[in-house]
Amino acid sequence: MEARAARGRGRGSPGLRLSVEDLACRRSGRRIFAGLSFALAPGQALAVTGRNGAGKSSLLAILSGRLRPDAGRIRVTDVGEASLPECLHGVGHRDGLKAALTAGENLAFARALLGAPRMEPRAALARLGLDHAHDLPVAYLSAGQRRRVALARLLVCHRPLWLLDEPTAALDAASQALLAGLMEEHRAGGGLVVAATHQALGLADAMTLAIEPPEQSQQSQQSQQSAHAMADAEDWL
Amino acid sequence: MSGSGSTMTPSPSPSLWTRLSNPSHFMRWSGALTPWLAALSALVLAAGLYLAWFVAPPDYQQGETVRIMFIHVPAAWLGVFFYASMSLSAVGSLVWRHPLADVAQRAAAPIGAAFTLICLVTGSLWGKPMWGTYWVWDARLTSMLLLFLIYCGLIALWRAIEEPNRAARAVSILTLVGAVNLPIIKFSVNWWSTLHQPASILRMGGPTIDPSMLYPLLVMIAAATLGGITLHLYAMRTEVMRRRVRTLTIREAERLDAGRAQTVPAALPQPL
Amino acid sequence: MIGVFAALVARDLALATRIGGSGALSLVFFLMIVALVPFALGPDLNLLARIGPAILWLAAVLATLIGLDRLFQADAEDGSLDLMGAAPVPLEIVVLAKVTAHWLTTGLPLALAAPLFGLLVALDGAGMGATALTLLAGTPALTFIGAVGAALTASIRRGGLILAVLVLPLMVPTLIFGVSAAQAALGGTVPFATPLSILAGLTLIAAVVGTLAAAAALRWSE
Repeated sequence: MEARAARGRGRGSPGLRLSVEDLACRRSGRRIFAGLSFALAPGQALAVTGRNGAGKSSLLAILSGRLRPDAGRIRVTDVGEASLPECLHGVGHRDGLKAALTAGENLAFARALLGAPRMEPRAALARLGLDHAHDLPVAYLSAGQRRRVALARLLVCHRPLWLLDEPTAALDAASQALLAGLMEEHRAGGGLVVAATHQALGLADAMTLAIEPPEQSQQSQQSQQSAHAMADAEDWL
Repeated sequence: MSGSGSTMTPSPSPSLWTRLSNPSHFMRWSGALTPWLAALSALVLAAGLYLAWFVAPPDYQQGETVRIMFIHVPAAWLGVFFYASMSLSAVGSLVWRHPLADVAQRAAAPIGAAFTLICLVTGSLWGKPMWGTYWVWDARLTSMLLLFLIYCGLIALWRAIEEPNRAARAVSILTLVGAVNLPIIKFSVNWWSTLHQPASILRMGGPTIDPSMLYPLLVMIAAATLGGITLHLYAMRTEVMRRRVRTLTIREAERLDAGRAQTVPAALPQPL
Repeated sequence: MIGVFAALVARDLALATRIGGSGALSLVFFLMIVALVPFALGPDLNLLARIGPAILWLAAVLATLIGLDRLFQADAEDGSLDLMGAAPVPLEIVVLAKVTAHWLTTGLPLALAAPLFGLLVALDGAGMGATALTLLAGTPALTFIGAVGAALTASIRRGGLILAVLVLPLMVPTLIFGVSAAQAALGGTVPFATPLSILAGLTLIAAVVGTLAAAAALRWSE
């Protein structure tokens, strides 16, 4: 298992390619979106925008393997035998941090759990300006600090695909700039970023995928949307 | 807790009680008092143990095992004493919302539970030679067992609620409900016990006790009470310090974080 | 894979000691049920000694339920479960690790404390030893069966009540063989080893079925 993951991580390898074709999502009987397609090559970033409830989080849940798509295909290539969930880092509303453990313990656990270790927890926290929080229980941290601890998880293990759900929520301007820098660094190393966001991410050349909920004239809307997404994707292929 | 960096000052004309119960004052006077109190309880305890071991005669029926009583009875007394003190603190906590009442209550629970447990264990050890078995559902022992379970519930509730003020209120309510219930529990257990057990069962201690045993017992009770109060003060100080550490840690995290942009030497806040 | 397993167990043990957790609470609950029975039956020590193993086992089954509802729910709520889903190991390993840690903090203390609580129901030395041994062999089965219910109710609010209704019927075989093994040691026609080995077999089956079922339930919870 670990050997398999290790093969997928090599920095020298061409890197992960992600392509999504005609993805549809349905939750509790309601159609959230349909006909989503895009493709990402190493180093590319995708900003997913849309109204509240448009399905941004659902798209990320599908990509991370937590939710089954109604239709469509997700393909990952050039990562060896690793499955998609083993290639990605997810940071979302639920930060996955245990309040009773210190920031350092949380990160050390994530490092042991996810494999492919990269930075030491202390160094990762220092990158996010939180080195003083290493020995503090997460319960003592503010919302913004917690979010940054969760983001530090991106640095303790190497995973080619970053799935970020509203990564800038609760972050001040300085931290947002810091995050943008981390994402650029990740992309420069051949990594992929998919972020659902309301705000500008600070990434100059990110693609944008706007999810619009299907309305009355579903058929036409859908084809238009998928055409839109295709056009977007083709721009970048 | 005062938001400004200044130390807390007592109000213009504070009563003695107000001054004693101010957390900063409490830390000062309790810090001065506890070593003396500890020394005094050690002395009384030594005297009590000497009396219990060498002066008190063995019982004509029970022999040397009667000496367990000198631990058992004071422990039982302290188990009840600390529950009573917790009930008083609960009133203080609910009526005056006094932080030190929370602290007193929280610090008393584990000590009371520990003494109740000691009472149960010694009672059980005493029971083996007397009844031939470690446990008999004797009315007094059973009441103490229920008291121990109530203590466990209170401690569990403290631990379950993270926010200290909300925890204090919840535990106060439960403590008072328990206080109202304790006589009822005691009465019903007595009733249950006499319903099932022949009255001939040997009662522990018994109402008549020879002075040669009574005085050592009274000294031991005094020693245990002094020791219990000392422990309680130490536990309260620990709890106050724990809350200070908690507050300071949170402040420190915020301050260092704010200091990322510009380093402002903030005044050390006064917690609690 | 072993590293991930160890990391998960170590984390859950650290959390249990840090928060105080359900271990101590289930122990108190265990004691409480053992103490309640004599109030209902009367303090006749001969009667209590005869049904002692049954009381202890019944108390153990009910005490196992304490804290079980939070086994996966806590991790599902704060997103830790998503993190574990991204680990390069099957979800079954995650379940196995979490159940192991849970048993170490709840089931094992029950089995170890059973002889002590056996005093309350006037068990003799052999009875205490036998009951503790059967609990040691049987409580893992209870935890594994409970884990299935915990996984099924991980995303349900007020899942604790449903959990009890779901898993208690499944715990009946473990209860039957646990009590009969302990009774056999107190004297009877059946040798002690027969029900004990059936009990151990039940634990092994529960370990396999429980792990697979709980992982499946978690995988499809969203």
